Amino acid sequence: MLATLKTALRAIRRNILRSFLTMLGIIVGISAVIVGVSMGTGAKAEVDKQIASMGNNLLIVFSGNMSRGGVRGGFGMQPNLTERDYEALRREVPGIVGVSPEVRATAQVAVGNQNTSVGIWGVSADFAEIRSWKFQSGENFTDADVRSANKVCLIGKTTAATLFGEGVDPVGQIIRIKNAPFTVVGWLAAKGANAFGQDQDDVILMPYTSAMKRLTGDTKFRAFSIAAESAVAIPEATNQIAAVLRQLHQITPDKEDDFSIRSQQEMSDFANANNRVMTVLIGAFAGISLVVGGIGIMNIMLVSVTERTREIGIRLAVGARARDVLRQFLIEAVLLSVVGGALGIAAGYWLAPMLTKFAGFPTLISSTSVLLAFSVSAVIGVVFGFFPALKAANLDPIDALRYE
Amino acid sequence: MEPIIKLVDYRRTYRNGSLEVHAVRGVSLEIHAGEFVAVMGASGSGKSTMMNTIGCLDRPTGGRYLLDGVDVDSLNRDDLADLRNRKLGFVFQGFNLLSRTSALENVELPMLYSRPAVPGREQRRRALEALKMVGLADRADHYPNQLSGGQQQRVAIARALVNRPRVLLADEPTGNLDTRTSIEVMGVFQALNDQGITIVMVTHELDIANFARRTVVMRDGLVRTDERVTQRLHAPEALAKLEAEQKAVHLA
Ligand SMILES: Nc1ncnc2c1ncn2[C@@H]1O[C@H](COP(=O)(O)OP(=O)(O)O)[C@@H](O)[C@H]1O
Ligand SMILES: [Mg+2]
Repeated sequence: MLATLKTALRAIRRNILRSFLTMLGIIVGISAVIVGVSMGTGAKAEVDKQIASMGNNLLIVFSGNMSRGGVRGGFGMQPNLTERDYEALRREVPGIVGVSPEVRATAQVAVGNQNTSVGIWGVSADFAEIRSWKFQSGENFTDADVRSANKVCLIGKTTAATLFGEGVDPVGQIIRIKNAPFTVVGWLAAKGANAFGQDQDDVILMPYTSAMKRLTGDTKFRAFSIAAESAVAIPEATNQIAAVLRQLHQITPDKEDDFSIRSQQEMSDFANANNRVMTVLIGAFAGISLVVGGIGIMNIMLVSVTERTREIGIRLAVGARARDVLRQFLIEAVLLSVVGGALGIAAGYWLAPMLTKFAGFPTLISSTSVLLAFSVSAVIGVVFGFFPALKAANLDPIDALRYE
Repeated sequence: MEPIIKLVDYRRTYRNGSLEVHAVRGVSLEIHAGEFVAVMGASGSGKSTMMNTIGCLDRPTGGRYLLDGVDVDSLNRDDLADLRNRKLGFVFQGFNLLSRTSALENVELPMLYSRPAVPGREQRRRALEALKMVGLADRADHYPNQLSGGQQQRVAIARALVNRPRVLLADEPTGNLDTRTSIEVMGVFQALNDQGITIVMVTHELDIANFARRTVVMRDGLVRTDERVTQRLHAPEALAKLEAEQKAVHLA
């Protein structure tokens, strides 16, 4: 066995350039497997992180029916959720622990001579709890602030750093939003980027009443964030929310909803499905190059068998059995593909971080994918090496010895 | 005593499409343990064909071949490989060494396929011993292209001997060698034969055949004569005589 391995290594080394070129297909294929899988797992880890940061009991109600336009379609809809809907949901749906409307605006915010353009969310006092925002310092605004449309706000870590400097506690400071002075009452702890790569910490939260009155002039909401009691309560809560809204919006049974309810889970599934499409595409690319690589190995092994016909004859003459010859060539093919696989894995380890650095894709190389890639390359060696090895093993000893 | 090699009305016909070549057309031959037989005959008379059959590289298409009492017709491919490995040693005209492999590793080759497996250390020891028998212990690490023709053939003989076979088969072993190294190789054969190894050797040189104990002459796929060598040559004497002759030529 050891001698067979030695022979195989020697045969590969003898034609080092040829061996490398043969491995190239496998190297490309395996590195694509590694990178592809790492993109899949990286994206999934990102989504999982987001679920963890938002809680698994989150429901979002969007204006408009999205089953026709896809999830993103909802963002373009005319807002049609009202304060009356909000009050009714709070009152009438038992399985939920928090409800918040969403009003969004982008506004110029200034402190002294520092100013920046920030996404502003008008929400209820429940919102921080629903979306699992933690406080670095200070505290949430109150229901009373919401009722009175007070000029108070919560500020995200990135925005605070821009306006006040890194690490400076902004609580108690006054900031000017569209020239109106707001008091910062809470400094939000960092959340990082979301699944789409946006910085969630560049944000200002304020009572939705204040936002509507002072910034947007809107009277309707684009969405509600709702926290169910638990993940298990989500289906029941979803039904009840739908029933309440249908009634308030006077939708007859033959009409479709004019709103959409999505759980965080569904949104994540959607994001994951997108990732899967990409993974499948890369997988197909990897598969094709692996097949091409396998054919390359088969080709070179056939050449090798022909070149070494005499050697095979000698081995048969001194007592090698067909299976000994078969094993020898199979080991050589597997060695080629496995070394190619190892190089491919190394290339993948090098490429994945580059992809993250230059294209912003989250990547995560799992040991499972390495193991998978390695096994795949071994299997390719066996599958594509088998035919040439069989050809070698079935040579007639005399014909082989006489071969010039 | 039972002969070690027994051919009974042995025939071998090659078929290339519709063309039939009757290479051997009915040979009956018995060779006993300890014999040294030279097979002679014109080119195309069927010598190599018969040797391949005796060597279990090929099967008869007619008649029977018994090796050590076993009819090879009853054996499958693996059994034949096993026989070649344990009971037979081959020496070819063209040496047939593995070119990128040292003399020692070439000699170890048959042991790679021995069952039960021979441990690596034992392989090395036995290969060195075989190289010593052919006088090449000091060339163990040389590669074939670093050795003369005679030395290469001696490595091939060491390889043929390493599994201590019953029979050594040599198809024109001196065909690629000059007179002097041919005699040296015959010296090795005679020494081995004196130790009890049975040797069957194909040659078309009468001088070489006279180192054997018995000659079998073939023609057109049949044995024409089969007789004892009466004036047998002995390698040391032949070598001395050759040297004397060569000196004479130089003096002249
Ligand atoms: N593989 C083969 N196919 C067809 N004919 C063959 C084959 N091998 C040998 N022969 C023929 O068989 C005859 C005997 O050949 P061979 O045994 O090699 O003779 P020798 O060794 O005495 O020169 C020759 O006519 C040769 O052409
Ligand atoms: Mg011949």
